[in-house]
Amino acid sequence: MTVRYLIFIIAVIFLSVLFIRFKQDESRGAGEKKIQFTAIPDQDESRLTERFSQIALYLSKETGVEFVYIPVKSYAASVAAFKNGEVQLAWFGGLSGVRARRAVAGARAIAQGEEDKQFVTYFIANYRTGLTYSQQLSKELEGRTFTFGSKGSTSGRLMPEYYLRKIFNRTPGKIFKRVGYSGNHSKTIALVQSGSYEIGAVNYRVWEKELKEGKIDLTKVSVIWKTPEYTDYNWTIRPDVTEDFGTDFIDIVQNALLSLENRDILDTFPRKSFIKADNSMYDAILETGLAIGIFDE
Amino acid sequence: MNTVAFAFTGVSIAIVSGSLFAPFYKYKLVRIVLTIFRSIHEIFWAFIFLPVFGLNSVTGIFAIAVPYSAIFAKRFYEIYQSTDLRACNELPRNSSPVLRFLFGALPLLYEEMREFSSYRVECAIRSSAVLGFIGLPTLGFHLESFFNEGKYSQAFAILLLFYVIIGTKKYWLRRKLVPVYFLTSIIFVWGNTHVVWANIVRFFTYDIIPWPMRRDGFINNTKQILWRPSETIDWFFTLLRGEVLPGARDTLILTQITFLLSGVFAILFIGLIVRKINKPLSRKFNRILLLVLRSTPEYIIAYIAIQLWGPSMVPGIVALVLHNSAVVTILTIRNADSLVLPLDVAKGKINCFFFHILPQIYSSFLGNLFYRWEVMVRESSILGVLGIYTLGFYIDSAISDDRMDKVIFLIMFMSIINIVIDSVSNKVRSVLLE
Repeated sequence: MTVRYLIFIIAVIFLSVLFIRFKQDESRGAGEKKIQFTAIPDQDESRLTERFSQIALYLSKETGVEFVYIPVKSYAASVAAFKNGEVQLAWFGGLSGVRARRAVAGARAIAQGEEDKQFVTYFIANYRTGLTYSQQLSKELEGRTFTFGSKGSTSGRLMPEYYLRKIFNRTPGKIFKRVGYSGNHSKTIALVQSGSYEIGAVNYRVWEKELKEGKIDLTKVSVIWKTPEYTDYNWTIRPDVTEDFGTDFIDIVQNALLSLENRDILDTFPRKSFIKADNSMYDAILETGLAIGIFDE
Repeated sequence: MNTVAFAFTGVSIAIVSGSLFAPFYKYKLVRIVLTIFRSIHEIFWAFIFLPVFGLNSVTGIFAIAVPYSAIFAKRFYEIYQSTDLRACNELPRNSSPVLRFLFGALPLLYEEMREFSSYRVECAIRSSAVLGFIGLPTLGFHLESFFNEGKYSQAFAILLLFYVIIGTKKYWLRRKLVPVYFLTSIIFVWGNTHVVWANIVRFFTYDIIPWPMRRDGFINNTKQILWRPSETIDWFFTLLRGEVLPGARDTLILTQITFLLSGVFAILFIGLIVRKINKPLSRKFNRILLLVLRSTPEYIIAYIAIQLWGPSMVPGIVALVLHNSAVVTILTIRNADSLVLPLDVAKGKINCFFFHILPQIYSSFLGNLFYRWEVMVRESSILGVLGIYTLGFYIDSAISDDRMDKVIFLIMFMSIINIVIDSVSNKVRSVLLE
């Protein structure tokens, strides 16, 4: 008897879940076409959600088209989603942007943060290494443990690897005792601070934001070197949005991004403002990628 | 919820297609294809399907359904082979083979097929949870997010939820409820499913073609494919030297260390839970511990271990050994518990275990250990995704570089290693069990 009863209860629960699900679908299906966008998961997810749900609201209001943020787990997934047309717009890093635009003919970089023109990577070290800040990358790095960010990151992988190869004339695997890929910048900071890795390469915007939020203990981890400047993040859009939303839609989105003045939203990125960008600004990234063999030539 | 829905839909599809393939399992070609399917881990299937179907339910379902179909086909075929089918001879001679099967053989096979399917549902829930780590919306997704942000209490809660789902399986997985679950799962995943045919075509006819053949077309933007045998062979050998061999070497090292240590630990565990020499209470406690270890996917153990110690072989070994030795123990313990000990049994627990129990269960223990061997290879390569330099590491790198040609090549190679190990372990086992 009790077993029957239990079965009945479970069946009812399931059917009601179904019913709710249907209701949701109906309300969703009734809406008009919308823009889905994604971003590279370069730091903690809760922070990304906060950032992109705000900008989605802003863009929806400005353009009159609904914008929905789709979170992904990896840089590769964000590029794949863009390539497959699952998302029409994305906030990419330099490298992932180039990769996406190489895969989708006609895709355009439309905006970047003001800081992205002169982006740098910080090399950070755990206090036990005894390393301190210097103008040149110290030879003492050799034989230590080192972590990049994501394998597909510009500031966490491409640029640091490029300069490491240039300075030491060897691949990172040969310079260091162990090379890891932490996955994102927040993680890199945490791993170097805890001592899991002695050295790490990290996006300077993420470093400074976490420093301001008090998440970094400067007695345990500090910056030891800055790379030369390069161009990084960008908003990239697929060419086929014009089919669904009108020929001038790309301009509308671009203008909406450029005229964004809401400090709260900009601080989540964190950028002073967005400025115009175009594909050619990222040619240097492509060259670098070719040089270290991330891109096929 | 998604975790269970993926698992259910995946297994349902797999049961159907597995049953369809099972009758043909005796043909060599079918067997080879299915062995390849089976030898590729769910995560790698998901990696392949991700760029094809995108981040939606179809990827998750297929990643489970494809390898599981092959597993079901094999197992159903084995069940069919080992069942006494004389009852069918009583059926009228002119009845069609399909009817003969449905009314003659199926009732005899049904019980065993059902048992296996129910066991596989549990495996599928585990796989489905792990798929979350690469971005599908299952439990693993949240587990990874929480871990990443250092919210350990939430992460632990998710892990507990997972144990509750698996642990209470026998209460909720009832025959009458299966149709309800099936329908719910289907409708549940239906909503976020959309497949773009062009992406599938592009993947199979363009993305996976070796780069040298695509190169010129890519640069002048015509997307033409040219036949370039010598460059392709170069490409092939560079990959073989630079990635396949080092990856394969590390995969095998990890596997063999795991294999040995799992054996040692399993013997220890058997000693701790075998009925004859342990007190009921400590036995029970150890048993629960083992069940927890067995039902935690090794990927999750490795993930947690890597969070603690950073990526190196050690966390990988710990994860694989803990999981596999628990599995081997549980498989062997039934034998050990049913042993009849002689009256003049040695005094002292240790003597009793090593001189009476162990020798008697040793061959079944080795059989089970070798059975896990092939699984260990598959798992070792998967751990590469977490940053240990096994084949999975190179596959993950190729994925993050969006080089699907390389991915397919590496996965095919891995599958070959698995098949070789599998056939060796089958040989060893058949010798052991004789």
